[in-house]
Parts: sequence; C-alpha cells; structure tokens
Amino acid sequence: MAYEMQFGPIIAHAPDLLQGAISTLSLSAQSIAIGVSIGLCCAVARTEEPRLLGKMVATYVEVFRNTPLLVQLFLIYFGLPLIGLRLTADTSAVFAISLNLGAYSTEIIRAGLIAIPKTQVEAGLALGMSRLQVVRHIVLIPALRVIYPALTGQLTLTLLGTSIASAISATELTSAGSKIESANFRSLETFLTIAAIYIALTLAFRFVYWLIGLWLFRRKRPPKPSLIADIPAAGVAA
Amino acid sequence: MSALRISNIQKFFGPVQVLNDVSLDVEPSEVVAVIGRSGSGKSTMLRCINGLERIQKGSIEVAGHTITPSSGDLRALRKDVGIVFQSYNLFPHLTVEENIMLAPVVVKRMRREEAREIAADVLGRVGLSEKKDAYADELSGGQQQRVAIARSLAMRPKVMLFDEVTSALDPELTGEVLKTMEELAKAGMTMILVTHEMGFARQVANRTVFMHHGRIWEQGPSAEMFTAPKTPELRNFIASSLK
Amino acid sequence: MIKSFGWDSVEFLLFATRWTLLLSAMTFVLGGIFGLIFALLRVLGPRPVQLLIAGYTQLIQATPLLILVFIAFYGLSFLGLYFPPLIAAAISLSMYTTAFLGDIWRGCIESIPRQQWEAADALAMTLPQKLRYVILPQALRISLGPTVGFMVQIVKNTSVTALIGFVELTRAGQLLNNMTFQPFAVFMTVAAIYFTICYPLSFISQRLKGSRHVGLAH
Repeated sequence: MAYEMQFGPIIAHAPDLLQGAISTLSLSAQSIAIGVSIGLCCAVARTEEPRLLGKMVATYVEVFRNTPLLVQLFLIYFGLPLIGLRLTADTSAVFAISLNLGAYSTEIIRAGLIAIPKTQVEAGLALGMSRLQVVRHIVLIPALRVIYPALTGQLTLTLLGTSIASAISATELTSAGSKIESANFRSLETFLTIAAIYIALTLAFRFVYWLIGLWLFRRKRPPKPSLIADIPAAGVAA
Repeated sequence: MSALRISNIQKFFGPVQVLNDVSLDVEPSEVVAVIGRSGSGKSTMLRCINGLERIQKGSIEVAGHTITPSSGDLRALRKDVGIVFQSYNLFPHLTVEENIMLAPVVVKRMRREEAREIAADVLGRVGLSEKKDAYADELSGGQQQRVAIARSLAMRPKVMLFDEVTSALDPELTGEVLKTMEELAKAGMTMILVTHEMGFARQVANRTVFMHHGRIWEQGPSAEMFTAPKTPELRNFIASSLK
Repeated sequence: MIKSFGWDSVEFLLFATRWTLLLSAMTFVLGGIFGLIFALLRVLGPRPVQLLIAGYTQLIQATPLLILVFIAFYGLSFLGLYFPPLIAAAISLSMYTTAFLGDIWRGCIESIPRQQWEAADALAMTLPQKLRYVILPQALRISLGPTVGFMVQIVKNTSVTALIGFVELTRAGQLLNNMTFQPFAVFMTVAAIYFTICYPLSFISQRLKGSRHVGLAH
C-alpha cells in the first residue's frame, strides 16, 4: 500500500525537461510579443475613432475573452485547414495564444490610456508636440505604471496557459511531461516535477518583471518608496 | 503689426454659443488681462488662440500664424505661443529639468546640452534653479506653477497665455507666481492673462478686457476700468469680486 | 462512417453542456466556500496560518490549471484511489478556484478602511458581529463585479478537463469532430455555446464594476 515516490526515472529525463522548458519559454515569448502588440494597436484604435474600427475591436475582444483558449486552439489547428490554411501545431499555438492575449491586453492597456488625464495630453500638445510624441513621452510610462500589476499578471497566465497547447502536441513542457509519463507510468512524480518547473519559471518571470519595473519607473533620486505593488490580482487559466 | 489679432470669432459647444463675435488686437509687449464671470467665455477664448479649441467662424492671427475654422498649422503655432494652465500639468514621471527640456528636444530637435542650458536659464528666471532634479510631487503648488511657466518659456514663445494660473493655489502661494509673471511682463513679453486677481490686473496689465456672455463687453486701460467702469455689468462684477 | 453535422450533433453538444454547467456549479460552490474561509483566515488568522494560505495561493497561481488536473487525475493512484474524471476535475478545479477567489475576496476585505473596523470596535461588537454586520456586507458589494467576472473563468476552465477525457462541451466537440470531420462547424458551435454562457456573465460583471476598471478576472 505504501507508495514510494521515485523521482529517479524523471530526473533521468532531465534533458527532455530542459528542452521542454526552453520550448515553453520560446512559445511564451513569441506569444507575448505578438499578443501585447495586438493589444497596443487595438487599445489605441479603440480610444481613437472611427467608431467602426472601435466596434470591430470590441467584438474581437469579447469573442476571445468569452471562449476558452482550448476551443480557440482547436479552431485554428483543425478548422483553418478547411479554408486552405494548414498551420503546424507550434504555429497554431502561437497564433491562438497571441490572439487570446491580444484580447486581454487590449482591455488592460485601454484602462491605462484612459487613466491619464486629458490635461496631461493638452499640456503636451500645447508645447507643440504631435499626438504620437505625446503618447511616447507623456502618456506611455505613467499609463504603464498604472496597469503594470494587471499586465504582468496576465503575462504570467499566458506563460502558464501555454500548457494547453499540449492538446495538439505542440512543442512545450507539458507535452514533454506527457511523453515522459507514458514512458514510465510514474504520473505523480512526473507532473509534480512539471509543476515545480512551471513554478520556478513563474517566479523567475515575476522577478524579471519586478526588475523591469524598477528600471522603467525609476526616479533619478530615491525620495519616496515606489507605489507599485506587483501582486497579480486574479486570473485566467484557459 | 500686432502680436495677436482675433477677428470676429464665434465658438459653439454643440448648440450653446460660448463666443459671440469676439475681436481683439494685442500689440507686442502688451499685457492684457481678461476678466469676467465663469462661463463668460474667457478661458475658451484663450484656448482658441492656441488651437486647443476650434473656432467655428472668424480668424485668429498670432505670432505670424493664422487659424481659421478649417485650417491652421497648430504645431507651428504652438512653438511660438506658450500657455500655462490652472492645473499646472507637470509631467509626473519626469524631473523638473526633464519637464522643461522635453519639448525643446522632441519638438525643436535641439541637442540635449543646448536644451539643458535653456532649462537652467528659464529655471533661474523663475527662481527655482535648486529644484532642477526634483519631481512634481515634491514641490508646492506655487513652485509647480512656476516650473510650468519655465517649461513654456523654454520654447522661446512670442506670446504667453495664462489661464487662471493662480486659481488653484493656496493664497500664500499666489504671490510668488504673480511676482514671476510681473517680471516677465517687465522683460517685454506679450501676455494675455485670464485672471481673478483684480489687483494684479490693475497693476501689471496695460489693458483689461471684461467679457460677459461670450462677448467683449468693455475694455480699456486697466486703471480706468477699475476706477471708472462704464457699463453696469462691469460695475456689478467688480463689486461682487471685492467682497 | 462519417456522420454529418446536423441538429442531433448540436443536441449532442448541448447535452454535454449540462456537464459543463454542473462542473462549473460544483467548482463555484466548493471553491467559494473554501475561498471564503481562506480569505478570512488570511486576513484575521494567526501569522503562521496567514503564511500557509499565502503560500498555497502563490503556489497554485504559479501552476498551470492543466497540470493540477493531471495531478488529480493521473497522479493520486498512490492513494490507491482512481478518481473518475468528474471528481478529479471537481477537486482540482476547486483547489484552483479557492486560490483565486480567496485572493479576490481577501483583497475586497482588505480594501474596507480601517476606520470601519474601529467604528465597529467602538460599538463593542464581537468579531463575528463585526464581520456579519459591518465588514462582510461592504466587502460583498465590492466583490460582486470581480466574482461574477471570475465565474466566466470557471466556466472556461472546465474546458481543460476535456484532456482527461471528461465529456463536457469541449470534449464532446472533439468526439463530434472525429465523427463528422467538420472541425469548423463543430468548434464554432462549441464556441458559440460557451459565448452564450459567458458573455452575459461578463456583461453583468462589467456593469457591477462600473465598467471602466479592468482586472484580469473580467
């Protein structure tokens, strides 16, 4: 009855686990880069006019936030070939996760843009700056500061959400784990190890976000403690 | 050749007419105070001069630039017309020096060292040289407003607009800001100030303009306007302001 | 033999949706009960307990939901127990929900200003009375928006249980796809059903929150 956990067989697969972790990081990085870019464009589109573009963005956002990532993944991987677009599992994963993240990022970034008082923008315009210059020099950093916890939290969820891609056998950590598990049937140890790796990755990312925050929101002199709390609120898994 | 010529402008917010056939000429180095009740259109008129509000009729010529309802290179105009707001609007994530340097570097494509020299110069003029590395939330309201003035001055404007710049300040702090403005006037800057500070208008402004219901109701040399108002509306206004 | 995608396919999906809804309800109830307990313990409990719960929350929030589900389903054989998919799903999803809802509610309770606690103290109320009459009613109102928003996540989260073979809506979609080879029609219908459940919840959540503010949980 006593079940002894043996991690030996799992550790033996360390290279596969490492490879899986790297693949997960790669998948996350690509999805984050694309997803946040989408979010930025859509957020700006939504706050500027014309109304039609804003409505299209709103539709995109609501559709992707109210359907599960797994279903989005299946639609892209299994459904797109029907219209002639056959993507590999890895590409489908990047596609789906990026679009998903894009929808959430749009709303988060939009909240940041709205949080900047109109008077700041006016002050910039009054000094002769163009709208683009105003966004870059006056709006961007303060807005980022406002949304930093929400945004970094969402990025963490994206990292963890890459595990869903194992459903189509994309190259990432959970798929690697499943392969190891089916090789030695030590399910508990395998998935506990996988969990530990994800936790380590998450903590590493959170540390990096904190560092980036220190740099982005730095003051020349340190007169007052930073107001940033980078504890993610609550979140999305799928 | 006037520094500012407003010709018969009209401005509506939706169905509401805020400016009704307003015309004004300002000579170079002249200091004009604009007074009136809230809603009389004075702030709106000021904001039309640098294009923050669009006019529906008429034209504005200022510092060699022209605005009409359908045209006007606002960016070029704004390099020559500075404005200081009631709520200072300093950029919270930049130091005082960076606040001042931002526009010269980004808009006028100046080299940073050159911009830094200008920043030091204007900061000295408003008496805040020692605060160049401070952030806005470390400064008092009066200091922030003076930095805002310096920030506008750094662009070497030909005309400066002041929109009720002391209204948001505690009484003890208005003095330092008014002093800075007085020095600017003495140095020959063309200034248009919307203000509630009657005493200041009387002392420093060459001419005072009284606005009422979106029109220029009465205008004249400052001393005369306050001692011998011609219209009953101005008389009432002065009386109620003295309370 | 390839089936065609017709009304009985849609019926099949709708039938599976009942399981989605059941699992969501179970998760919300279990996760909610424990979430509330954890939130209260985190705010009011002795320090070791606070740390334990904080640790639990941080760990769960740093683990993919799918892995939690896998551990619950595949991994607990050492107990000599093989949980059927529904139970494994309910356990793992509830643990996940507890961590997140508990954190949301903790935040809501902590956002009640100190002065409210002091006022209740000054009226000589006991702790249960303070909670019942002063703190929790206010925290409840604040928490409505984010909580309804998280319900959307709960419903969407059930989809990952498809990967342990639990026949809820997404798995039904996979099965149907294998029978009809019409992935577009199948998964668009699946998506539409999820949307029909989730969008009203999202909408209500936005309204409750005063819409402007954006958190992660809708």
